[in-house]
Parts: sequence; structure tokens; C-alpha cells
Amino acid sequence: GFRDALNQAMDEELERDERVFLLGEEVAQYDGAYKVSRGLWKKYGDKRIIDTPITEMGFTGIAVGAAMAGLRPICEFMTFNFSMQAIDQVINSAAKTYYMSAGLQSVPIVFRGPNGASAGVAAQHSQCFAAWYGHCPGLKVVSPWNAEDAKGLLKSAIRDDNPVVFLENELMYGVPFEMSEESQSKDFTIPIGKAKVERQGTHVTMVTHSRYVSHCLDAAAVLAKEGIECEVINLRTIRPLDVDCIETSVMKTNHLVTVEGGWPQFGVGAEICARVMEGPAFNYLDAPATRVTGVDIPMPYAKILEDNSLPQIKDIIFSVKKTLNV
Amino acid sequence: MKKPDDDRLLMFSQNQPVVGGGNDGSRVVVSRSFADFTPQATFDIKKCDVHRLEEGPPVKATLTRDQGLQYYRIMQTVRRMELKADQLYKQKIIRGFCHLYDGQEACAAGIEAAINPSDHLITAYRAHGYTYTRGVAIKEILAELTGRKGGVAKGKGGSMHMYAPHFYGGNGIVGAQVPLGAGIALACQYQGNNQVCVTLYGDGAANQGQLFEAFNMAALWKLPCIFICENNKYGMGTSVERASASTDYYKRGDFIPGLRVDGMDVLCVREATQFAADHCRSGKGPIVMELQTYRYHGHSMSDPGVSYRTREEIQEVRSKSDPISLLKDRMLSNNMAAVEEFKEIDIAIRKEVEEAAQYATSDPEPPLEELCNHIFKNDPPLEVRGTHPWATLKSVS
Repeated sequence: GFRDALNQAMDEELERDERVFLLGEEVAQYDGAYKVSRGLWKKYGDKRIIDTPITEMGFTGIAVGAAMAGLRPICEFMTFNFSMQAIDQVINSAAKTYYMSAGLQSVPIVFRGPNGASAGVAAQHSQCFAAWYGHCPGLKVVSPWNAEDAKGLLKSAIRDDNPVVFLENELMYGVPFEMSEESQSKDFTIPIGKAKVERQGTHVTMVTHSRYVSHCLDAAAVLAKEGIECEVINLRTIRPLDVDCIETSVMKTNHLVTVEGGWPQFGVGAEICARVMEGPAFNYLDAPATRVTGVDIPMPYAKILEDNSLPQIKDIIFSVKKTLNV
Repeated sequence: MKKPDDDRLLMFSQNQPVVGGGNDGSRVVVSRSFADFTPQATFDIKKCDVHRLEEGPPVKATLTRDQGLQYYRIMQTVRRMELKADQLYKQKIIRGFCHLYDGQEACAAGIEAAINPSDHLITAYRAHGYTYTRGVAIKEILAELTGRKGGVAKGKGGSMHMYAPHFYGGNGIVGAQVPLGAGIALACQYQGNNQVCVTLYGDGAANQGQLFEAFNMAALWKLPCIFICENNKYGMGTSVERASASTDYYKRGDFIPGLRVDGMDVLCVREATQFAADHCRSGKGPIVMELQTYRYHGHSMSDPGVSYRTREEIQEVRSKSDPISLLKDRMLSNNMAAVEEFKEIDIAIRKEVEEAAQYATSDPEPPLEELCNHIFKNDPPLEVRGTHPWATLKSVS
């Protein structure tokens, strides 16, 4: 599954390069708050798998400093909500440094952890940070959907000489996925910055990331019964955005629907729409692009409220039909 | 063998001035041999206050003639470089932020004297002095301040973002450099290379929460980190008494041992840093050092520096505790060097700084084609969005 793929990726990279190490809350003796790092402390010990106190700003700064001095840290945020306490270190100390130093000082670090909505954890623990981190030059921002994405992209992120924000999703951790032969190799990587067409289609382009790839594929299956063939693009990377993939698809289908869990204003979908307007695909649109997003409110707790705060499959189906005017 | 007095008599008899160069271009040539000077002397230095330590650094410091001249050269160079930056700023050739270090030279010089080039150092934004002591040429520092392509960061960083091997800047966000420094120390420990990281911060930053987070982890994991508070008595316009419930900055590490050091005496700073480095290298974990120092300039070039402190206070420090004068007077009164030697050094430094300033004002600005470079390392060329959709710029690593 997704969780095992992440575990495998870290295990392989820890073995491959002794400069790689993992730090964060509960990553070692607890086996990881979400068990993503299970078994790693037992195998690699205190030096390489480090439990930190609950001090995000401090340990994130320490991780960034270690990266500056030649190591290759994986800095885990128990959830990306807590990264807000450390965001200065991510942006000002990590992302901008290679540029400010005109290439003298690089920061090969991965910031990873669960992002976005979970289940019943309420407003302070449910925010999606794709748009915030995706805004900043100097960062790469990755958002895997399935186990293969998780493994290949995490390995690429760890091998990348630049700061990478790796956005997982807690609800995906337990989801089982088939993994290809190819992905079993210890050198299996997926390039950062390239989206994947998960489903070919001709009537509408759906662009999405993370958990919502599943929602889009489910919606596509329902729509197919009505003769609407959806092309589903799994972004895989938020920054840099694979605009070519999106444009090629839109020029074929003439319709665009973006789907994300984050809030609408200044979000991933907003950026995609703006980019399509500015490029060659605009002239191929038969209708304005549509964004399907989380509801513009802090996340409520009660199940009925939470369920209706995030895109559901019926919302995606409805939006596709509206866009196609059927 | 000539006696020192013979030369003085010779000079007087020839009606030559004893010091300096005359208007007619004549100069006194120092004809005394090295054997005439005291090669080495031991000085009493101020005892350090200690926190959680049985004993502190030694109360005596030995200085050789060569060391003394070297420390003098370094401090005087930093002094003149900073004063040149002041001048260039007032001429509007340097813009933006410019935080000058004059008055604090003994800190940078003393620390560097006690560590190895292979050790590591990180500081905040008052960084020009450390950029120099860590090995960057004056002209590359000044050209970075003037925003030219010959600057150490090719003009992309400016005053607060200069880097060199084992020198991590130059950091603009108050306090952020302290966890970074602890992380560099972690890398030293991890790699088992016996190196230490000197992590500097000011009296203002000393109240930042992230410092205490860094202290906690550094102590827990026994990181080889020397945390140094340069207490120059003012965080921008706020005196230490108005900012800190406790101004004993050397004790603020709580469970971490600490030293309070006379930061105006380069020998004190050197001995204390040596002591601290030994402490860290022996695996005892981190240590905190407070350097009591003073800045002559205001917080930055936009601050005249006299609304929150008196001119009398500044003048008093200049006349009684100037770090460069302190060293020079020590050496002269112990016959370790001649007045003329210091003059010659001063002249040479002025020339060097002037040439560097010439370079910094004549070097071209960075080319626009390089605007977007250095976003990522080791990446294929990238397209970067410009100010409008038709402006597609290119970034290479």
C-alpha cells in the first residue's frame, strides 16, 4: 500500500546514501505517528532515525542547517498543519538560499508528512498546504496519489539536491495499491515535474492531485456509462506544474475541470485556470474552466458537515456535466 | 647588535619626523630589526563569569608579535571596510539594509583566531566582519554591497546574504540562524569530523523561542555547538534592560554551561573561544558564550543611533575600550612593535580598501540574462514566468 511504499522508499535511500537521515516527532521508537517509518529505527538506529521534541521551528531549522552542512535530511512534520510553526525555516532558510547565494549554498532536504483533510480531526488539523508551498520559488512541491507515485517520487525527492515539500495524505496511507514490476527496483524513481495521464478520454480534461485522483477516476467510471469519456491527469507535482501535459489534453478535449481538496481562493485550480488562459490551450476551450474545491470554510467536525466540506464524487460529476453543458 | 635607542637618536638627528609621512613625501623607514622587539608577551585578561562550570578560560593570554600584528591587521581591515561601506551608503552607491560592525571587531577576530578554517560559523545580518574573517576578499564583500556581478553572491544576496566555505551567512530573519547552527553542529557530530559550529546571535535575538528549542536539542544530543551572544547592549533601538527579563545572556542556556566574556579584548575572546571549542570537541555538548561588546554605528544605516543612547556613551567606549586601540597599546607598551609599523599597516589597509571600493563601484551590475539563475541546483534549464505571459525567462542551475 501507500504507507509501505513510503517506508520502502526511505529504507532504500537510507541504505543507499549514508548522508540520508530522518528526523521528526515519534519517527523512531514509536515507529512513526502514522507508522510510515515503522522498522527504520530498529534497522538504522539513533544516529539515522531521530526522535525530536515537539519543537517544529527548532528541529526544522536544525534539519535545514544539517542539509547546508552536507547531510541529506528527511524532515517529517507529523502533519503539515504543524509546518506553519516552522514555515520561516522552510521558505527563508531552505527555499531561497540557493538563489540568494548565487549557487554557493544548496539545501538538499525533503519536508514530508500528511497534508490536507483527514477524518474528524477538525479545523486546525485539516488544512491543505499545496497552494501555500506551491507559491514559492526555490521549492519543489510534490503530491503523490498512489503507492507507485509515493515510492518513485519520494526517492526522487530524497535524491534531489533541492528543498522538496512532499505532501502525503493520511487517508491514503492504508489504501492498497498494486505496484508494477518496475517499481520494485531499488532505483525506481519518478521524475519530479511530470504529470501522468491516469485515464485517457476525449470529452473533458480533469486535472487533480493526491486523494482526488481516486475521486476523479470513480467519477469518470460513472460518467463513462453515460457516454462521457474523461481524461484524468494526476499532477504528481504541484511545483513545477506540468503545464504542457494539461495543455495537450485540453487541446484535445476542449473542456477543463480541476479538482482539489484545498480552499478555492488562490488555490491550485486557480493557478491551472490562469495558466491555461495564458497559453495556446485557451483557444481550444469550448467553455470556461471549472474548479471543484474544498468549501471555503475552516473544516468542521461533525461527519455530515465534514463530508459536505470536501469535493464528493457527485460534485465532480455535476461539474463535468455543467462544463459540458449536458 | 644595534640598540633600539640608536635608531631613535638617528631619526632625531636627521630631523625626520618620528611618526608618519611628511608632506614632502618623505617617510620614516623603520630600520629596526625584528630582534629588537619582544617576540612574545603574556597579558592578564579579564576573568570570565561562568555558569555551570567549575572553571573558566585562563586569566592570562600569550600573544606573539606575529599574532598581534595579524589580529591588528584583521580588525583594522574590518574597521576600514565598514567605514568605507558607511561612506558608499551615504553616497547612495549601497542601498537597502546595511548593518555595520565597527566596534565589535575583537569578536570576529578573536573567534577566528581560536577556531580552524575547517570549523563552521553562522551569524545574523551584521555579518560583513565574519564574511571577511571566514575568507572572503574585501572587494567581493564591497561589490556584493554595491550589487555588482563581482560580489561574493554575484549581487543576488546583498549585505545579509554572503556565503563562503564553512560560513553560512549572513541571515536576515532574527534568530533563524540559531537552529541552523545547531543543525550544522549535528552534521559535524554525524560525520565524526571533530569540527565545531560557532553560532552567533545578538541580545535581541536572545529572547527568540527558537533559540531555546535549539538549546534543548543541542544539549539533549550533545551537539558540538558554540552558541555566542554578541551583546552590544541594544536590539535595534531597545536597550537590553527594556527587552529582557534577564540580561545575563550567558545564563540563558539554563542547563547549558556559559561564559561571559569581555568582547572588546581580542585576547579574551580568543581564550574563551578556545575554551569553548575544547569543551565541544571533548564531547561535552554545547556551550553558551556572551561577548560584551559595542557597536559605534546605529542598528543600520537608517538609524543614527543617538535617539536611544547618548553620544557621551558612544564616545566613552571609543576612548576607553576600542578593541583596536586596546591591542595596539598593549603591543606598544610591551615593545612588541613600533608605532611606524602600525602606521604602515594602516596605510596598506586604506589602500587595499580603497582599491576594493574602486572595484565595487566600477564592476558592472549582474546581467539581466542571469536574473532567474540559481533557483535549483543540478537541474535542467527551467522556464520561469516573467512579469507577464509573454515574458518567458530562463533559469539555469
